[in-house]
Amino acid sequence: MFLTVLILGTVLGGTYALLALGLTLQYGIARIMNLAYGEVTLVAAFFLVWAFQGLNLSPVLSILLLTPAGYGAGWLLYAVMMRPLVKRSGASGRLEVDSILATFGLLFLLQGLLLITFGPNFTSISYLDQGVDILGVSVSANRLIAFVICVVAGAGLLLVLTRTRWGLSLRAVALSPGSAPLVGIDVNRVARQGFALGTALAATAGGALAMYQTFSATEGVIITMKALVIVIMGGKGNVGGALVAGLALGLIETFVATAIDPGLTLAATFAIFLLVLLWRPQGLFGRN
Amino acid sequence: MRVIAISLVALIALALVPLVASDYQIGLLIGLATYVTLATAWSLFSGHTRYISLATVAFYGIGAYTVAVLNETLPYPIVLLVAGLVGAVVALLVGLSTLRLSGVYFVIFTFGLAELVRQLITWYEVNVTGTLGRYIFLDITAREIYWQMLALGAVTIALAAYIQRRRLGLALRVIGDDETVASHAGINLAQTKLLAFVLSAILLTLAGAIVSPRWVYVEPSIVFNPTVSFLTVIMALLGGANRLWGPALGAVPLFLVFEWLSADFPDTYPIIMGLLFIGVVFLLPNGVIAGLESLRNKWTRQT
Repeated sequence: MFLTVLILGTVLGGTYALLALGLTLQYGIARIMNLAYGEVTLVAAFFLVWAFQGLNLSPVLSILLLTPAGYGAGWLLYAVMMRPLVKRSGASGRLEVDSILATFGLLFLLQGLLLITFGPNFTSISYLDQGVDILGVSVSANRLIAFVICVVAGAGLLLVLTRTRWGLSLRAVALSPGSAPLVGIDVNRVARQGFALGTALAATAGGALAMYQTFSATEGVIITMKALVIVIMGGKGNVGGALVAGLALGLIETFVATAIDPGLTLAATFAIFLLVLLWRPQGLFGRN
Repeated sequence: MRVIAISLVALIALALVPLVASDYQIGLLIGLATYVTLATAWSLFSGHTRYISLATVAFYGIGAYTVAVLNETLPYPIVLLVAGLVGAVVALLVGLSTLRLSGVYFVIFTFGLAELVRQLITWYEVNVTGTLGRYIFLDITAREIYWQMLALGAVTIALAAYIQRRRLGLALRVIGDDETVASHAGINLAQTKLLAFVLSAILLTLAGAIVSPRWVYVEPSIVFNPTVSFLTVIMALLGGANRLWGPALGAVPLFLVFEWLSADFPDTYPIIMGLLFIGVVFLLPNGVIAGLESLRNKWTRQT
């Protein structure tokens, strides 16, 4: 029982961590709190299901397509929708409220489009769902593949952020957008790239989620909530913290669902969120 | 003085309308009065401080649920009193723990509060009382509900007008402009925000309690419908959340539009709501009233 929770929780936590990474990139670099994040994830998830059922496209291939498509979509979204808001707010504190409200509108827009196209029912695919034995726990193969994809995407991102010049400029803008121009960084361009990178991760995580989880068009809000809770637990803009917190949330949620009541997973998530906010508002791994 | 006289005459006229209106029209009137009350009560706290609260339906639902639980054991006026009290206590707890948080944390927290309350009540009803869903059998006509809601709406607007002219209103506006300046000016941030939040929450709870006999059958998924929170926010913002009549002005047209949309185009409803949100943020960032004023200023400067 303990081992089952540990293994299934880690697999779920991998997807959560990737989701949270994308959101923390968008908030940390582009300064946009994207409340439509979960809907973007769902668009990718529905695409994967549609491609698998309609075109017989392998889900792994789908995800390889989704990641660059997500980057492009995020790039466009920032250029068309977010940039005017950033420009208008200038140095005043308006951007936070404006971006929340605008992405809130985007949330409904995407949700409505998904509802019209795919209907309100729960969807899932059956792809490689035979069990694989790991330390005596049977885990379905699709979960493992999804987990591997999340690990590869997360590790790739970490490498880019820490080892490349591009990653350095992304981190510079996240750390201090005011002084980044002094060293020749085009903040607007980097913010757009950060937002696009976050969307690419959302699309990847959405594809991974669709491989093993049932989902419906109205679930985006819950995905956003969970990603936000993880981001705040890990500390805003803290990549390593988001990874650890994502895994932790996956474990806690699996534990609550198996040991207490599946109806209380969100309540548990929320209780943790509140505890972290009261005890360490800067996040478990954040600095003051 | 003239504004007060006109408002009173309008209030009396509005109170007389149900005497000649059909059942369907009374239903519409109740909806209108409810959303004017919700949007104004929401702005009481969020309009000036710019803390976007998405917890409206948490309080609204708590009000409705309190009536559902107590309607067979206590007389109606006391039930309303208890509902207001429960709302105040919950708001006090939520406020004490979250109002120290900065903007985005607060939005997210309130975002999930309604969901949390809904899950907890559902879990409690299923596991402890063993039934999900309750009935409200109260001998209250639609007309009486309308009058109660109208009265609550009038009280809400009067309270908002009173607060605006008082130190509390000034303090809230300074907090909305800049919290650091506010604290240096000697404003007790936590206490001011808490007071406005609790007042606003009591009104929201009462609105839910008053309208609840309309449902007859109550279930957590019905009364904690998050759309109520979203509608309230967009209505207040459309009219102008920091103006006295702004929320009411936004609530009336939007309620009618959404009533029509949800009846005739239930599928495209969220899309239109989304476009409206985006449109308001981009075109009318300060609401219709401020938009009209700047238009008039431009026009008078040209002539």
